[in-house]
Amino acid sequence: MNSEIFTVVFLIAGLFFIVVGCFGLYRMPDVFCRMHTTSKATTMGLVLILIATFIHLGLAAVGLKAILAIIFAFLTAPVGAHLIARAAYQRGVKLHDRSIADALHALYPEKNQTDSHRDKD
Amino acid sequence: MIALVTDIAFILLAVALLFCFYRLIVGPSLPDRVVAIDTITTVTIAMIAVYCIKEGTAIFYDAILVLSILGFVGTVAMAKFLAKGDNIFEQ
Repeated sequence: MNSEIFTVVFLIAGLFFIVVGCFGLYRMPDVFCRMHTTSKATTMGLVLILIATFIHLGLAAVGLKAILAIIFAFLTAPVGAHLIARAAYQRGVKLHDRSIADALHALYPEKNQTDSHRDKD
Repeated sequence: MIALVTDIAFILLAVALLFCFYRLIVGPSLPDRVVAIDTITTVTIAMIAVYCIKEGTAIFYDAILVLSILGFVGTVAMAKFLAKGDNIFEQ
């Protein structure tokens, strides 16, 4: 009974993070904001839901596989998000109009003219 | 109590998948679609985990591991493709 309460609490917390992250994917103005929202929020939500399965099923049933999945989610999600964001910037995707800073502008001087036509689809 | 919460969880995850599919179809640039596919993989893993809780079995944990590895490798390959063009293995 006690572990059931913890399972439900972790499950609801993870659901909150995942739904908010996906709503940010729907709502945010440009690629970098969307990547920011989904990578952080859905990683946190997925880890909370995996912790809920770990609590509910017990150490004997899932054990090492749950810990492996949690560590893997924490390791790979920032790497993937960083790679997508860097590739999007190299490709010349425009920032939103109300962005106030562009720290990578000096590092990629050639992208602003040449690649801006590639992402009109 | 677990049964009720997992049913609500399936509905909310389906709504989250609808947001992801909207971005996958509409999304103005190609990196938007890559982000959407990455998020769809994450939400699918969460759905399998909720199903494990609902049924009380752990035999789908292998599917969780395989899906997370495939999602990561696919994201990295798509990012390399977006950055470099067709030949993703060139230095």
